[in-house]
Amino acid sequence: MTETSGRLAACLPIRSDMDLAWVRQHVRQAAAEIGFGLVEQTKLITAASELARNTLVHGGGGQVESVVLDNGRARGLRLTFTDAGPGIADVERALTDGYTSGGGLGLGLGGARRLVHEFSIDTRPGHGTCVTVVCWAAGAPRPRKEAR
Amino acid sequence: MTEESATNRGASARVVGDFLQRRREQISQRWADETLFRTVFTVSRDETVEAAGALVEALAVVAATGRIEDVQAPGFAGVREQLARMAASRARAGATPARIADEVAALHPSISELLTADLAEADGEGTGAHQVTLAVLLGTLRLVVMETALSAGEDIIERQRLQLLEVAIPVIKLWTGIVAVPLIGTLDSARSQVVMESLLEAVVTQQARYAILDITGVPTVDSLVAQHLMKTVAAARLMGAECIVSGIRPAIAQTIVHLGIDLGSVVTRASLADALAYALHQLGAVIVDRAATGGGPR
Ligand SMILES: Nc1ncnc2c1ncn2[C@@H]1O[C@H](COP(=O)(O)OP(=O)(O)OP(=O)(O)O)[C@@H](O)[C@H]1O
Ligand SMILES: [Mg+2]
Repeated sequence: MTETSGRLAACLPIRSDMDLAWVRQHVRQAAAEIGFGLVEQTKLITAASELARNTLVHGGGGQVESVVLDNGRARGLRLTFTDAGPGIADVERALTDGYTSGGGLGLGLGGARRLVHEFSIDTRPGHGTCVTVVCWAAGAPRPRKEAR
Repeated sequence: MTEESATNRGASARVVGDFLQRRREQISQRWADETLFRTVFTVSRDETVEAAGALVEALAVVAATGRIEDVQAPGFAGVREQLARMAASRARAGATPARIADEVAALHPSISELLTADLAEADGEGTGAHQVTLAVLLGTLRLVVMETALSAGEDIIERQRLQLLEVAIPVIKLWTGIVAVPLIGTLDSARSQVVMESLLEAVVTQQARYAILDITGVPTVDSLVAQHLMKTVAAARLMGAECIVSGIRPAIAQTIVHLGIDLGSVVTRASLADALAYALHQLGAVIVDRAATGGGPR
């Protein structure tokens, strides 16, 4: 384990379209405070927008928790989207570009993964979904757990 | 709570209810001097006293029905609207929610004095219990005011959201056959529906061949916004107009690419000026820089 420290910045509900706007607004502010560049900010806000909408539309609502990280060399933001919805039976398929169970473009989940530095899904069919993403402020070297 | 104390409480609530009913006029006169009423009802003292009286009446009903701890007690129904208006009025005057709560709490001392005097005249039995009942009842009133104040706030937000939706989307004629729509803010489903309707209508009435959608003012382009844009472009195409999306900032361009959105079928330009130049060119119009060609007016 690295000696990464975290500070809880906020815990926001995701229950309506209006809440999605709040989530974007919060991420924009937090990312700017941490020192993210404009491109990094835009990427993270967009990823958050996708994941929050999935929480709302597919997960039936939930919440997002945001934590400011500091590993000594860089600062980052970790966002955890949680819902108690139907869960995802086939994560690989859900991550495939173009796969949608509704009328979407099917780009949200896979796109969000490409927009952030770390991405993980914890889901159990019938119990809910938890998607965690981390973005580090550019400039400092990113911690990589596995070499590749 | 034991059965016995429950009965006692019910009995005490009835005593307090009777007291409120009996002393209604006196209490209203006293409350009319308190900040909460005095600052809200400024037309005449009669009006102020009447408003205070309505609240005393409601509290008497709540107490008589033994629901002193219940913010949903039917007895409050008649004064909810009035309380909401009072809270809204105080908020407009700059009072914070905490301040408003304090002003409601300030209604307690004068009424509690009266209760003590009233009970002393009678046999004075169980004064303490009745004071507790009164305190609980006024605590509940405080919650009711806070609740109505909050839901009034939500109503305002919802109304503003609807108003924002109704703000007409300006479709600007840039040239014969060329219209532009500057998009600003969050492009949610409802808003993008309005955009599409306004644009298609302009395409018909202005006989536009080119429609420019400028997204300089759109802060986030995610898959849903992109989908809305593409649907609008497709609909305009069916009406015989070509759409050009302009104002894609560098950060947004990179994000769109990572997201995997394919805007390949959509004509895009960096700025509105570029989009106009493209449309003019397509229409066969030629822009001549007179200074450069030396053909300026004499
Ligand atoms: N929180 C969730 N709970 C349950 N299912 C989910 C959740 N998030 C995603 N999914 C499933 O994964 C699929 C793919 O998600 P993705 O975000 O990529 O596409 P989409 O939401 O359908 O469309 P869009 O491109 O508009 O986001 C969804 O259609 C849904 O079936
Ligand atoms: Mg999605």
